[in-house]
Amino acid sequence: MHRFNFRQASSIAEAHSTHAASDDAVYIAGGMTLIPSLKLRLASPNDVVDLSRIDGLSTISSAGGVLSVGATARHCDVAQTTDIPALASLASRIGDAQVRNCGTIGGSLANNDPAADYPAAVVGLGATVHTNSRAIAGDEFFVDLFETALEDGEIITRVDFSIPSRAAYAKFANPASRFAIVGVMVAETSSGVRVGVTGAGACAFRMSSFEAALSSNMSASALDGIAVDSSEFNDDLHASAQYRANLVTVMAKRAVAQLTA
Amino acid sequence: MKINITVNGAEQAVDVADNALLSDVLRDALGLTGTHIGCDTSQCGACTVHLDGRSVKSCTILAGQADGGEVTTIEGIANGEELHPMQVAFRANHALQCGFCTPGMIMSAIDLVASSDEPLNAEQVREGLEGNICRCTGYHNIVKAVLDAQANM
Repeated sequence: MHRFNFRQASSIAEAHSTHAASDDAVYIAGGMTLIPSLKLRLASPNDVVDLSRIDGLSTISSAGGVLSVGATARHCDVAQTTDIPALASLASRIGDAQVRNCGTIGGSLANNDPAADYPAAVVGLGATVHTNSRAIAGDEFFVDLFETALEDGEIITRVDFSIPSRAAYAKFANPASRFAIVGVMVAETSSGVRVGVTGAGACAFRMSSFEAALSSNMSASALDGIAVDSSEFNDDLHASAQYRANLVTVMAKRAVAQLTA
Repeated sequence: MKINITVNGAEQAVDVADNALLSDVLRDALGLTGTHIGCDTSQCGACTVHLDGRSVKSCTILAGQADGGEVTTIEGIANGEELHPMQVAFRANHALQCGFCTPGMIMSAIDLVASSDEPLNAEQVREGLEGNICRCTGYHNIVKAVLDAQANM
């Protein structure tokens, strides 16, 4: 594997300064994407700064209608939460058991894999991503393929999810990796109906046409006949862009059916 | 760098390279070759061990991340000559063919059963062992063994 210096950080400040002092550093949390990338030399940093031991960074708490998930909370921990069943269900279906025992929400969001599950929740539930320097609205966080609003060296500290009145997540999983070929989160929130889609495009996005239809009629049939533009969708050996466009509707309908059941 | 880990109940201080994996530490530094490296790409689960009580793929954990942790490997689950109930069930149900995936299967299966409040059914066992691949495709008896073992754990 590529050679690097392993740097254990015991605080956010230490992690940030270690990163800043290096000419080429990456953070590691669960490492479920980074370590395979290091092995494949898709990443070749000089320094790997470990965030996983920072006290308090994995705390999950709920107060005032907000579920607050610490950046290094693992998928297996989020899967055990009860405040937002759709979020717990999403977390319980990421990868496999061993991946869920290591992978973290902050790592997943910072990596911004186009087929990751959590981005659908951040967009679909209108979450706020907190970092060591600011708060970023979920709608602003995902910029492009593997690209987020995070600045170089910026560290996610927690993700705040306002608890929706109801929500559901449906995904069509790759049978081998369990990544989302398409995943859709539908939620009824205090600021209206939200539909977050992952897997289909370069990064997660909202389907405003679905949101408008579901706002007046929260039923699967409300989505009939609404065109899904596939011109910017991913097109690969797993699924064509057109197939993904079809899946967006099918997964949204399944999520609505779960949510209204 | 030096890391301190407890492996199968014994405290170990190990000198490791910064880019060493937990699987390197177990196999090369400590000689615990029961932990198998099948794919080294996080897919097959043959290298599964327990780190602080949870099943993890030891080929996808940096040694430094395991510093201070408690690790249990396939060598650490029997009580002397007395096999762990999961090992007994794998033997009784012929749940191994070539045996390469078996250490990882058993470590995953133990965590799966131990972390479930209710008895598991066959479908849940298959889902729970998603992270382990048997290239002999001997899944049927593996599932039978796990169902069998949960009564005795």
